[in-house]
Amino acid sequence: MAKRELLLGDEALALGALHAGLSGVYAYPGTPSTEITEYIQLHPLTAQRGIHCVWSANEKTAMEEALGMSFAGKRALVCMKHVGMNVAADAFVNAAMTGANGGLVVVAADDPSMHSSQNEQDSRFYGKFAGVPVFEPSTQQEAYDMVQEAFGLSERHRIPVLMRLTTRMAHSRAVVEVADVREQNALHCPEAEHKRQWVLMPANSRVRYKALLEENARLEQEAETSRFNTYTDGADKSLGIIACGIAHNYVMENFAQGAPYPVLKISQYPLPAALIRRMAAECRALLVAEEGQPVVEEALRGILPTPIAIRGRLTGELPRTGELTPDSVRAALGLAPLEAHAPSEIVVPRPPALCQGCGHRDMYAALTEVVREEYPAAKVFSDIGCYTLGWLAPFHAIDTVVDMGASITMAKGAADAGLRPAIAVIGDSTFTHSGMTGLLDAVNERSPITVIISDNLTTGMTGGQDSAGTGRLEQICAGLGVDPAHIRVTVPLPKNREEMKRLIREEIAYDGVSVIVPRRECIQTAKRHAAKK
Amino acid sequence: MKKDIILSGVGGQGILSIATVIGRAVLDAGLRIKQAEVHGMSQRGGDVQSNLRISSDEVRSDLIPQGAADIVISLEPMEALRYLKWLAADGWIVTNTVPFKNIDNYPADDAIARELAARPHVVRIDAEAIAREAASPRSANMALLGAAAPFLELPVEKLEQGIRDIFARKGEQVVEQNLAAFRAGYAHAQKQIG
Repeated sequence: MAKRELLLGDEALALGALHAGLSGVYAYPGTPSTEITEYIQLHPLTAQRGIHCVWSANEKTAMEEALGMSFAGKRALVCMKHVGMNVAADAFVNAAMTGANGGLVVVAADDPSMHSSQNEQDSRFYGKFAGVPVFEPSTQQEAYDMVQEAFGLSERHRIPVLMRLTTRMAHSRAVVEVADVREQNALHCPEAEHKRQWVLMPANSRVRYKALLEENARLEQEAETSRFNTYTDGADKSLGIIACGIAHNYVMENFAQGAPYPVLKISQYPLPAALIRRMAAECRALLVAEEGQPVVEEALRGILPTPIAIRGRLTGELPRTGELTPDSVRAALGLAPLEAHAPSEIVVPRPPALCQGCGHRDMYAALTEVVREEYPAAKVFSDIGCYTLGWLAPFHAIDTVVDMGASITMAKGAADAGLRPAIAVIGDSTFTHSGMTGLLDAVNERSPITVIISDNLTTGMTGGQDSAGTGRLEQICAGLGVDPAHIRVTVPLPKNREEMKRLIREEIAYDGVSVIVPRRECIQTAKRHAAKK
Repeated sequence: MKKDIILSGVGGQGILSIATVIGRAVLDAGLRIKQAEVHGMSQRGGDVQSNLRISSDEVRSDLIPQGAADIVISLEPMEALRYLKWLAADGWIVTNTVPFKNIDNYPADDAIARELAARPHVVRIDAEAIAREAASPRSANMALLGAAAPFLELPVEKLEQGIRDIFARKGEQVVEQNLAAFRAGYAHAQKQIG
């Protein structure tokens, strides 16, 4: 019985996974993927069926936990943003080698134009790199349909499947027709000929790798006949358009009456080479519209036997960086822009800022005062979270932000080089995500670094999800070997400014690993808790 | 029919509630819709926007092309001006006049007022004042929606039903406050467009 719901792309994917008989979702918050897990957490089916939905410490542990559920025969979903794939990479690439038992679907939600990220990355590369099929939905309906198809494909071919979204799909709503709910799989572990590939010793891996390559040839056949890769012919052969994922929407937005040129929509990889060769044989030039990096554009130059004009991000028709828009695609199609108002000259940027009353503000106020007054040569290595905003006015407090956990490890490396003081600022969730192993390195070498874990008891920037180490940070640090006399807890409030400054001074002066924990609940989550009461 | 709407404001002002009410009315009217927004950093006092596309035909792009927006609905006056490039030549601006000054270099009030007044099709309301007078200052976003309602080509009853549906779980009083603010905003707009 078809029902219709208005869903974000993230939610459509989540509901599709639930309807596919999901047994567990494993994830770490990251924009624009966070809402997939949140939707599953709140859905009644999840509680009814006991579906696992607790946030993992990071994307690597999430990937491995899901792989374990797949080994045990049940269907698992892993969710992360594009940089999360970097954290999960070791497990992800090797999951292609072990293969899947219960269906295993990995979702990478890319953020081209970096609305909320350090960089742009195209997760389709990971699919190619690992040798797994990739689905890239063009619509919210496809997101719902494809995840079910992905679980089926994963079990038929015994391989993980990567689904790739981008921000404009993940965070856009449309009506989705939903279908019936499937039962979960029963517990069943790999048997007989499928057991060896789960032990990746060289003798097994060499055999498995050959099989993986053969599997990829079969997966290409699937893509050639996939209902998600559509070839729509057109009379005007001066141009053939290849449009991947949501780029298809931007192309068709500009052809309300249908495109005059042939259009090949690609939403399932490996690339359907035969369909591409057909278009190249019939058309005089090709335009490749794809979101992210020029993955397909670069691949084409290898697939085609003879040179043909190929236009896209590499030739300047489409912008090399940033997300596609209907306007940039319109220009690439040679169409004149619509008439609009001239932009206003007086509008200025309005960047995000730490909320008024945020504990990070008090931490930065104390830190910057100490550094400016007494340690002008100090460098502050920071990390990914709301406190990253400490780089902006009024604080200008930090010198580096690179990737999750890098604050502590870079402070240690700089201290190894002789820099004093070397100060790290990290959040509580980022600390349990990737800071603990760096702290262990620092403890093992007695590095003279001062680590500030600014604890707001949440994963803040992504909307206030649970933080893995809440209530146990001091124990974790002591357990890793930090001298308890140099684990200092304080409450970041204006009235405690002088006390905080004193703590910071003392721990900077200490010639070993110090951890300072300014702790006060995030005011956004505090507001929500108060409202519930 | 088609209606491309840009909703704008500052993170935390409540533009997404406006989108939700319109979305509910659109579904009820049997039209098609796509509504795109940006999460994450936008919670933190930065500029936020949502692209809302309503149509009787299939909607393709989630983003509104430049020059295609029929209306910019803004909870903040400078944010209304940010999206001029997307506004069709004969498009409408319906904006709150109360500035949100969380940056040092916010333009002069009269500069913003002049730019808005220069537009051929603009409705300017003090959404907070209207909401306060009708019900509660927290319903400013619904007052703004009311002021935009004459331009949406959606039956007013469906928008009001949307308000009832969306705010139902907050209780009857909150529903009535939001409806009162909506109707007051609507009346103000009718006066301005004459």
